[in-house]
Amino acid sequence: MQPCSYQCGTKEHLHSRRTFLMGTAAGALGFAGMTTMASAQSLKSSQKRVLVINLAGGASQLETWDPKPGTDTGGPFRAIKTSVPGIHICELLAYTAKKMHRLALVRGLNTAEDDHGKGDYIMHTGRRKEPAFDYPHLGSVASKLLSPSESSLPGYLHITPSGGSSFGKQDAAFLGPRFASVTLANGQPPPNLFAPKNLSPDAEQQREQLRSQLNQRFQRSRRSAQTEAYTASFDQAEQFMKQAHIFDTGKEDPRLADRYGKHDFGRHCLMARRLLEHGATFVKVTHSNYDTHHENFDFHIEQLGEFDRSFATLIDDLVDRGLWSSTLVIVMSEFGRTPRINHLYGRDHWSKAWSVALGGCGIQAGAVTGKTNANGTAVTDREVHGGHLFHTYYRALGINPAKNLHTPDERPIPLADPKASAIKELLA
Amino acid sequence: MGPFLPFTLKIDPTKTRLWKELKLGSPLIACRYDPTGKYLFATAQDSSIQRVNVLDASTTKLSGHQGWVRSMAFSKKDHLLVSADYHGVINLWNWQQPTPKPSNTIEAHDGWIRALAISSDGQTLASCGNDLKVKVWSLPDGRLLKTLEGHDYHVYNLAFHTKEDRLVSADLKGKIIDWNWHQASIIRELDAKVLHKYDKGFMADIGGVRCIAFNNAGTLLACGGITNVSNAFAGVGNPQVVLFDWSTGKIKQQLVPAVAFQGTAWGVAFHPDGFIVGAGGGNGGQIWYWKPDQPNSFHTVSHGVSFRDMTLHPQGAQLGVACSDGVLRQYSLLALVSKIKA
Repeated sequence: MQPCSYQCGTKEHLHSRRTFLMGTAAGALGFAGMTTMASAQSLKSSQKRVLVINLAGGASQLETWDPKPGTDTGGPFRAIKTSVPGIHICELLAYTAKKMHRLALVRGLNTAEDDHGKGDYIMHTGRRKEPAFDYPHLGSVASKLLSPSESSLPGYLHITPSGGSSFGKQDAAFLGPRFASVTLANGQPPPNLFAPKNLSPDAEQQREQLRSQLNQRFQRSRRSAQTEAYTASFDQAEQFMKQAHIFDTGKEDPRLADRYGKHDFGRHCLMARRLLEHGATFVKVTHSNYDTHHENFDFHIEQLGEFDRSFATLIDDLVDRGLWSSTLVIVMSEFGRTPRINHLYGRDHWSKAWSVALGGCGIQAGAVTGKTNANGTAVTDREVHGGHLFHTYYRALGINPAKNLHTPDERPIPLADPKASAIKELLA
Repeated sequence: MGPFLPFTLKIDPTKTRLWKELKLGSPLIACRYDPTGKYLFATAQDSSIQRVNVLDASTTKLSGHQGWVRSMAFSKKDHLLVSADYHGVINLWNWQQPTPKPSNTIEAHDGWIRALAISSDGQTLASCGNDLKVKVWSLPDGRLLKTLEGHDYHVYNLAFHTKEDRLVSADLKGKIIDWNWHQASIIRELDAKVLHKYDKGFMADIGGVRCIAFNNAGTLLACGGITNVSNAFAGVGNPQVVLFDWSTGKIKQQLVPAVAFQGTAWGVAFHPDGFIVGAGGGNGGQIWYWKPDQPNSFHTVSHGVSFRDMTLHPQGAQLGVACSDGVLRQYSLLALVSKIKA
């Protein structure tokens, strides 16, 4: 193992971190609301963040961003006007349609991968899966490049609809476990994060000091990426423990919270907002499930009925808190769904012509790029794939996509696929 | 005096055979015979309704809907066809006209209309849909009489009782409401929750009452759909028709195919001869015949194409089936029986 420095440590990040800590300290003294807003206002100018809404299973592009009403593939739903003249989306996104002037659409996506796992990999890494090499998730890269050096929150947070909390070190690939994803199952903090109630603060402090001393002694002789990650995770957990209030949504004004909807996804979007406004770098919210081989239309009514209002509210709140222009927002799936409607009123996997929606940091609001044919079976203009998306993401965040990351054996790996380029018309 | 024929025709469901196939084009959604049995109407994913002459298979397209039409209902009075679509629109037609045009159009519901029913006297229409409402209209003027609110989930189906002035509606979760629609009040609720499941893995609801019918005597109510769902997004489950004793409101029988089949029961009807016929789709299509007191079908007819709706001819000699391949299929229940005694 080679000793290495994993921290960005720029002055800009340090400034952000310092300001943020001042904010939370003041919050503890009773100015929580004001300070949170102040922190958010300050953060907006310096810290860039990413919010991914992952519609797991493969949401239908025809029932979302690229409707084809009146065609053999169009299905039963209408297209509706949006806040951007000339852009129509599916009627199932009535709330989101009113926020279209903040979003941009990529309608010419061809990822050429109809397998769930492989499609998911492309959409998280911008690369096709290779037999002997793993690329890091966007979340892990964002964690490495965008997280303030002393962030109190893990750099890559994933709010899942169910399951247990986990630590996805495979998501970080060669970047190492320090940039792994941390799952907040059902929007809850990891279990055992907080100290047991029967452990006094003094005892906790003594315990932590002992651990720290032993750790430092060990590191003096055997410092490695693994030990650093281990140390960092403890340091971060210590900071994380002080942020318990983030998870206490009971402090939210019920009327404001209810705008997100009284369901799990609404609660998860609210949690995403709270994490972002408290300095989280990368938050992914997964909404499940869109793998609608059967009864595609009934299921999209149900699922998008949750997504639409919650997402539109989240946009409003990020704007109101001054976070929108510094937060890159991505709404994606692992692929789209077949234009052809099958015998079960379902749609199957389809990666040849589908859509994602973007917004926020560095994105040209109201833009649409790419076009599909009349019944949505093929891209007819400005076809792009996952590599193009990742160039665009990095450009939007002010990161050079040609920048190299390095594996532990110093092999340079470009951030984004060198064979692709940014979708410039989407960049602000 | 005609020639002596040594055979006669008799309805025998065990002799059911594919009688006619007519390719209409777009995948079909629903089908209904008119009350005289002269025409078979089918709706399709191109939002059309097509009228098919049962004898000569000539077709007439009825244009007027912009959305998918899931439901049709008929009244002999004024030759009235009522159709409803997924954009919330109800159209009224005279089905006998050479090329029927909508005589009245009603913006009836917010969102999908999933079912229609007309009372036996032909004077009242009921509709229901995704706005959670059941609406009652007078015919033929289409005047709104009552709006019934009592469902918390999408209302999938409804039916007027055949003898009493009662209306039942049924929703996604299998809640069935027995309405005094005149007073917009709930008389009682029946429970067909076996036809619903919240799939925790898929995190979505699946099921609902997909078909409904009263028997002619008004003593039985049949509700069909899907049950035993193990995989919602692939539609892995089994069709079932829940048979209620109307007097008690209790389940009398749960009717299932005798032969294992994955799919949904999309159509159910009571045959004048006393048996129950159902049809459904999934991995292919099936028609099932049940006796009311036996859970397993006594005869099953299979086809390779998924069935999406079924209608029984007024004389009970034929079935119409709307198929996912855009073909309207008719099955005959008639069998040749020898008049000569052995």
